[in-house]
Amino acid sequence: MMKSVHISLALILILALAFVSTPKADDHQSRSLTIVWAEWDPANYLQELSKDFTAETGINVDVIQIPWPNFQDKVFTAFVGKSDLYDIVIGDSQWLGRNSQGENYINLTDWINENIDVDAIYGPAMTAFAEYPKGSGTYWALPAEVDAAGYVYRKDLFEDPKEMAAFQEKYGYALAPPKTYDQLRDIAEFFTRPDQDLYGIATWYSKEYDGITMGFQQVMWSYGGSYGDANTYKVAGHINSEDCAKALEFYTDLLQFAPPDAPNYYWAETLNAYTAGKVAMAMNYFAFLPGVVNPETNPISHDKSGFFIAPAGPKGHYISIGGQGMSLSSYSKNQDLAKQYMKWFMQKPVQEKWAALGGFTPHKEVLQSDTFKKATPFNEAFAASFPYLRDFWAVPEYAELLEVCQTNWSEAISKIKSPKEALDNIARKHEEIFEDAGYYDE
Amino acid sequence: MQTTPPYKTSRGMSDYQLKMAFIMPTMILLILMNIFPLLWSLYLSFHRYKASMPTPARFIGVRNYTRLLQDPEIWGYFQTTAYFVLLAVAAQFFIGFGLALLLNREFRYKGFVTTLLLLPMMLSPVVVGLFWRFILYSDNSGLLNFFLSPILKSPIGWTTDPNMAMIAVVIVDTWMWSPFMMLIALAGLSAVPKYLYEAADVDRASAWFKFRWITLPLVSPLLLIALLFRTMDAFKMFDIVYVLTREGGPGTATETVSMNLYKLAFRNFNTGKACAMAYILLIIIVALSNIYVKYLNRVKGEA
Repeated sequence: MMKSVHISLALILILALAFVSTPKADDHQSRSLTIVWAEWDPANYLQELSKDFTAETGINVDVIQIPWPNFQDKVFTAFVGKSDLYDIVIGDSQWLGRNSQGENYINLTDWINENIDVDAIYGPAMTAFAEYPKGSGTYWALPAEVDAAGYVYRKDLFEDPKEMAAFQEKYGYALAPPKTYDQLRDIAEFFTRPDQDLYGIATWYSKEYDGITMGFQQVMWSYGGSYGDANTYKVAGHINSEDCAKALEFYTDLLQFAPPDAPNYYWAETLNAYTAGKVAMAMNYFAFLPGVVNPETNPISHDKSGFFIAPAGPKGHYISIGGQGMSLSSYSKNQDLAKQYMKWFMQKPVQEKWAALGGFTPHKEVLQSDTFKKATPFNEAFAASFPYLRDFWAVPEYAELLEVCQTNWSEAISKIKSPKEALDNIARKHEEIFEDAGYYDE
Repeated sequence: MQTTPPYKTSRGMSDYQLKMAFIMPTMILLILMNIFPLLWSLYLSFHRYKASMPTPARFIGVRNYTRLLQDPEIWGYFQTTAYFVLLAVAAQFFIGFGLALLLNREFRYKGFVTTLLLLPMMLSPVVVGLFWRFILYSDNSGLLNFFLSPILKSPIGWTTDPNMAMIAVVIVDTWMWSPFMMLIALAGLSAVPKYLYEAADVDRASAWFKFRWITLPLVSPLLLIALLFRTMDAFKMFDIVYVLTREGGPGTATETVSMNLYKLAFRNFNTGKACAMAYILLIIIVALSNIYVKYLNRVKGEA
């Protein structure tokens, strides 16, 4: 009898302690905000920046970081479960269509027009990261991080007199950061020396998330190709055009000048190849590049690295847009606090600090200032990329469209399919997706 | 004549009520967690429905099924899966059974060696995938290529060459699951009566004769059960492919049906189509299992 009394008392004590030690839901929800973003340097900068907000308001801000390959899957699964886990979602520009139509993002149009100086924000950033449908003036986000794909290169190799002379002799023009994709190929070929464990280029070929698509699409656009007609959503004749096929042949051909494991290269592998001194040039989004100028993460070439914008193709000059917008989750229980944070974030002094920490500010004035351009060795090239930025489909079906591209382009570079077969298959599948979604009903 | 009334507990519950009280929690859980999702997903498989969109499900008949079955890519994923199942299960069978034969004798540290051999199957598949990714992953710096470098002209593209990627996945799965086959086979081998071997020795039977006419017939029912488990499990291969070859790459060289199903369900949120595909997969696994069970019953009858 006494034994069961003791056990009962012990259980009651444990339950009471658990109850007392659990923070009250109200306390937690009223004084803290949770922001979800991908796992990368800008998320660390945001966590640092948010300390100022906490100091001003007493509201804690927790920036949760999810690895890039799982970023979309985790956030979207939380949305399907209508989870209040995240208050603010800093999501890719392509997410806008799906999450606005899926009612996962709050429509911020009225609030933005009343509380935010939209004219102070860089126009194309507002369109790319906040507006859906494009040109409608309906906003679902505020631009948080503006980004573009760019290149880092080994200045010590490019400026070596012996290399310069050898290059001049072989190709008939001076060795310098490439302005066109043909020049990029020549330079990649020139520096490919497997016996020295040196290769010409590292770029995105990975099948994970949006890897190969972000790497290849800028080549495709610059070769004259396109995903389809943005008005009719017709795809055949666009994505499987001759221009697209030539671009895909070029991108596949470039693989021979990349390290042997390049078909798996995403942002981390590309950076690793560069910082390990294995490649002369590497493509990546500028926001991933702070590591290459950090002596701790790049002891080989942190002080010998130069930067250039993605080259032009034979029929144009386009660059993959990066960066994300800051949206308010429909399932957040702290929407007023979240709006307070977003309003605070867009203030000019905060944006200046955001830029100083390493964030790519969407604030027009800060973005165009000399202070910003000189803040890092790559900001100049980043700013020069702006006029050429383009995006993937931002429609609600974007994830399916992206998946088809990822699979087929990956098959093309692995030579499982020819470029033409891969592109024809993308055209067929994309039209099937648009047809199923009712885009051709009218 | 006086009949005995049904036994009642002190609280007045009849036998039937007591039985129901014990069974109901399990039944409710089973209905909520298994039966309802099964029926609900069957219902959704005949609808156009996306879990990520607020639009209600729209009945489209068997369109999801016809779209899937007419898609050559889906058949490609089934072929890839079948190829994987065949290679992996066969390798696990021979290696596992071979190890069991070696362990089925007394030697020093037998317990320790058996425990070591069993370790891989106790690890999480994701951990195994990541572990092998570092061994196989890099064409240049991977440990496996390093050890093979004296006999290879150029490093093997384990996860980048479409012809090698499937072999890489099979090696990892075999490393992980051969111990399971070994364990089951060892249980079967230790249950074979020793007097049968003694009688065979008296008759001067050869080692092959003893294996073919004593060991194999008595162990085969257990081996078939192990094969059944491994076939069903291998058919659902997802985690190692997701981690090791990065979502079934290069291209679609290692994209199994389950990998594609994951993308359909949780990346594209094409819920209706994903439910239809899950049902196709379920029917195939049930059919395969039935073939095994029928064969198992026949073998047990013979034994």
